[in-house]
Amino acid sequence: MLLPFIIIASLTLASAAVAMMLRNLIHSALLLVLSWTGIAGFYLWAGAEFVAFAQILVYVGAISMVVLFAVLLTRPARDVDSPLPAPTVIRLASGLMGGAMVASVLLTAILATRITGGRAHAPSVTVRDLGALLAGPHAASLLAAGVILTVALLGAIIIAAPSPRNPEDPS
Amino acid sequence: MSAAPMVVSPAPLLERLPLDLRDAVLGLLPESLRWLASGLITILVLLAVFGLLFAYLTLAERKLLGRVQNRPGPNRTGWFGLLQPFADAVKALTKEDVVPRAADQVLHYLAPVVLVALSLMGFAVIPFGRLLVPVELDAAVLYFFAAGAATELAVFMAGWASRNKYSLLAAMRALAQLISYELPLLLSFVPVIMLAGTLSTTGIVAAQDGWRFGFIPHWHILTPWGFAGFVIFMIAAFAESNRSPFDLPEAESELIAGHLTEYSGFKYALFFMAEYFGMCALSAMAVTLFLGGWRAPLPFLEFIPSYLWFGLKLITLLVGFIWVRATMPRLRIDQLTRLAWKFLVPLSLINLGTAAFWSLTTTWTGPLYLARWAVALAIVIIPFVTLGRQLSAGNGPRTYRYAS
Amino acid sequence: MSPLHLCLLLSAGLFCIGLTAALCRGNAILVLLGIELMLNAANLNFIAFWRYGSGSGSTGVVFVLFSIAVAAAEAAVGLALVIAVYRHQRNIRLQEATRLKG
Repeated sequence: MLLPFIIIASLTLASAAVAMMLRNLIHSALLLVLSWTGIAGFYLWAGAEFVAFAQILVYVGAISMVVLFAVLLTRPARDVDSPLPAPTVIRLASGLMGGAMVASVLLTAILATRITGGRAHAPSVTVRDLGALLAGPHAASLLAAGVILTVALLGAIIIAAPSPRNPEDPS
Repeated sequence: MSAAPMVVSPAPLLERLPLDLRDAVLGLLPESLRWLASGLITILVLLAVFGLLFAYLTLAERKLLGRVQNRPGPNRTGWFGLLQPFADAVKALTKEDVVPRAADQVLHYLAPVVLVALSLMGFAVIPFGRLLVPVELDAAVLYFFAAGAATELAVFMAGWASRNKYSLLAAMRALAQLISYELPLLLSFVPVIMLAGTLSTTGIVAAQDGWRFGFIPHWHILTPWGFAGFVIFMIAAFAESNRSPFDLPEAESELIAGHLTEYSGFKYALFFMAEYFGMCALSAMAVTLFLGGWRAPLPFLEFIPSYLWFGLKLITLLVGFIWVRATMPRLRIDQLTRLAWKFLVPLSLINLGTAAFWSLTTTWTGPLYLARWAVALAIVIIPFVTLGRQLSAGNGPRTYRYAS
Repeated sequence: MSPLHLCLLLSAGLFCIGLTAALCRGNAILVLLGIELMLNAANLNFIAFWRYGSGSGSTGVVFVLFSIAVAAAEAAVGLALVIAVYRHQRNIRLQEATRLKG
């Protein structure tokens, strides 16, 4: 039970960490996809089957594509392969310091907490239960999520489309 | 493969035969290794069956295309060309594997491997027979399409890692096509899930049990919404598996080979294999969702083992793929995306309404039963005709000025 | 150390990696990916508490589903903004996007 978790956790953490350090944007994005897959593996391990497949469908199938398209659309064609400039020392130091501070706070908080109770077996949640929950008590939130997605889609198209006033805009 | 728990009475001998064979092999092994061996045997059988199906599908395709074009097709290797697939395999394996010097070596290598692995994953949840379900999942349909959606990543990797602007452009075009048709593909089977009330493939097959008037099966395709859903699903499946008339990503007569330009030898063969596996998996899913899965079409034919019925339906759909390839001209990219966004997506959304009407009127009998059919058919046909006329306005009839 | 501790450590690690990346990197897409990773770490916690917590019900799972939907919307709008920024200044270095600075 613990061995799969350790494999999934190390895969997820390692690919996320390497993805954020690389200077090649495409490699970062693809490694991050591996990390998202690892998180889906964690959901599967925890017994949340539906969420795991939804994670794969949304993150690996959709968000990764949007990210990769954005990477290709926002780099001048001639230096598509040149690595990103390294962050300045001040930026790097302050970022690492901020991250380390949050990490230490989280670590002490987690390790100092004594967890009591809790169940040994995964609570079972079938797709039917989830459907009943979504269409019953959470129906309002489901509608709100639908509205958010529609508005975000329209907003993304309006923001990203070239403005019609200057059609000679080369982008 | 695990036995379906719902079957209580012992199934007939032919039905049980694959499971009995597996259990006989497992009996030779110590108790502690059996779970592992059981999984491995399932994987091996799936690989062997679909590997052979792939091999002979390529042969059947070349033979059928040959017949359509009034030529014999491959007939030199073995009897009637039966050894052709193996000759092709040896050729692909012994070809030189050219990798461009500028290519991203790791990704260039990984792309075909990831593609084949992902396109094989879908087979795990298909119920091939009454007792033959490799993995029973509660969210099996979602799993299937999640694995399918991830193949887009492999296409991108292939195009980008080749370091060739034509490969990259073609990969972007392929992705635009895959993403456009993902939507009608996913929307077209939502009515099935609404009506069956489950995402598990065995549950969906179970929902198509029984006979109307004693001899018409309760398959989803034999309802107005099911028929519309099946047609939309199959059109989207053609596009998702890059098959003609939607084979623009790899239009070998116009582009060089799209995102596969820089691939050669066995890696190219792997892409080819993934295309056929994807086609088989989507057809198998279509059989499960709309064509009653492994069920017999008539009550007195139920003595034939269920997996044979499944295979027969699967092969019928695959031959349909080949037939369409022989008949239809290729679409242009703007026609392709227009078809997806202006025709298939609205129709599949309207089809949700048809399914909702159908599920609300299950109690209608007598003359109301006919009214139920009439209304449902109207909801399907009227938007189809109006949208189709609007979309094809100004497109015909074609006048041949010089030929007459 | 209970399994819940391990899950929380994993999600804390992911969160910190995402945070550090969002703070260090100047490329807008990488910053967005860092934020996306932080969001995922939060989702991971919901599932961990649903799995090992003592409460009943499946609210954790439902919440993660909504969170994934919102993350998809966020990624679409964020990357559209990145493309809009690129159109105006020909690169996506965040430190140069200062036109609205007072």
